[in-house]
Amino acid sequence: MDIHNFLISPAEAAQRHGPHDRIVMSSRVRLARNLKDAAFPGWAKKPERIRVLDWIRPAVESLPEMKDAFSEAMDNLSALDKQILVERHLISREHAAKSSGSGLVLNRDETFCVMINEEDHLRMQALRPGLQLRQAWSAIDRLDSELEKKLDYAFNNDLGYMTACPTNLGTGIRVSAMLHLPGLVLGDQINPIVQSVNKLGLAVRGLYGEGTEALGNVFQVSNQMTLGENEITIVERLDKVLSQIIEHEENARQTLLEKQPKVVYNHIGRAYGILANAHSISSKETMNLLSFMRLGVEMNLFPGTERSLVDELFILTQPAHLQRMLSDKLSAEERDLARADMLRERLKNVGRPVVKHFGPAGTGN
Amino acid sequence: MLCSNCKDKPATVHLTQIVGDKMQKLDLCEDCAKAKGVNDPGSFALADLMLGLGASQEIEQAGGGVETKCPRCGFTQADFKKSGRLGCPECYKTFAEGLEGLLKTMHKGTRHAGKVPEALRESREQADRLKLLQKKLDKAIKEENFEQAAQLRDELKQLAPRATGLTVT
Repeated sequence: MDIHNFLISPAEAAQRHGPHDRIVMSSRVRLARNLKDAAFPGWAKKPERIRVLDWIRPAVESLPEMKDAFSEAMDNLSALDKQILVERHLISREHAAKSSGSGLVLNRDETFCVMINEEDHLRMQALRPGLQLRQAWSAIDRLDSELEKKLDYAFNNDLGYMTACPTNLGTGIRVSAMLHLPGLVLGDQINPIVQSVNKLGLAVRGLYGEGTEALGNVFQVSNQMTLGENEITIVERLDKVLSQIIEHEENARQTLLEKQPKVVYNHIGRAYGILANAHSISSKETMNLLSFMRLGVEMNLFPGTERSLVDELFILTQPAHLQRMLSDKLSAEERDLARADMLRERLKNVGRPVVKHFGPAGTGN
Repeated sequence: MLCSNCKDKPATVHLTQIVGDKMQKLDLCEDCAKAKGVNDPGSFALADLMLGLGASQEIEQAGGGVETKCPRCGFTQADFKKSGRLGCPECYKTFAEGLEGLLKTMHKGTRHAGKVPEALRESREQADRLKLLQKKLDKAIKEENFEQAAQLRDELKQLAPRATGLTVT
């Protein structure tokens, strides 16, 4: 099956809604599991990895949640296909680098995605739009409970689920949310927030996870510790911290509008100006500017424009998506031209930001 | 505690590494940690970081010692240093001694407190009960409380036949 016919279109994907999705773009809970009698994928030789894949894949496919799922060995996906899956946040960059002996099973509505032979034999994830950590946890918990009947997991009474990296040992759980925080970035509050979140034993990462920068003011917050406390405790701690971050972000936006409206309008106006008029634009600049447009839509500066348009462009303007749409093999420079063409076209009916009137010094009303 | 690099500012970043059968610690201040590229403890490749931290003598020591090798998969400590990952589930037993300290610094605790596969739930509870009884028995013997010891021994005997055949790790 062709992955492109399977994937939900960017337009539809941008229509997905969840609680607090002004700020929380998506929630994810991932579990790491391994088979008892096999070496971990990073150490196993190719025949063993293939054996493990052939063992695990039918088991995952047979789950009721995976009815009509997309299931494929990684060596049957092109580099472009894999990159598109990364841009959709369905697989990790590490998994995209895999080929023979690794696989992927993705359910019809893209709420479950199971990576086989990534760093561990199984990396299963439940994905939800908006802030839905508890829902994502109970969904993946159910999936895992069904799968444990079919597969012999490596489990130790003291250490819990055994994982390739000791950082995932125990519960093997990674609970994370993707947050859009332009208010905290503009208000210069993001660093202290990141530091205090770190102090709670949580990690803050960039758009594509580990080791990536926070393009488009998008941050991923996740737990780091997996051993010594149970899953619910971890989920609830993250949930609590996220509620606080949401509150800080909302306050930051409010404060900016009251105290520095010109700063906010300047960023949003410039973002619109460039996005709607540029003839060459990089993916990175696009992300960062779309972030401010998204903020502008939420502040009602673009009447008649839906946030989903911006969210769709977030997906479409990423390199692999663009490459795929234009079919030809493009150089980075050519992509920048094509990206700008698409943005001008898609934004041609979006009017300039409508700004409430302020005093000449811009000190507020 | 002062930074072990500049010996000037207080150490706020603490790294632990297992070399041979020994655990080694490195304490850095925020500036030195940043200068060494240790600014995201989340993306953990401790072994990688340490290699870049000029810990040459420690690595030499490890090279000079006898290398532990996992009997199940052939993974060695040097491999762990290279990748920061283990070879197979059995490696956790093979390298248990060195890992203990690492797990302590990494996690909330060193004993699993979360989900247990249903098929193993009963045997895990059983193992826990046995462990607890054994502990009580040892204590009773130490305190020369022989009456209680005898009682505990009988309880253990009663439980034990059901536990044999299980691999209690």
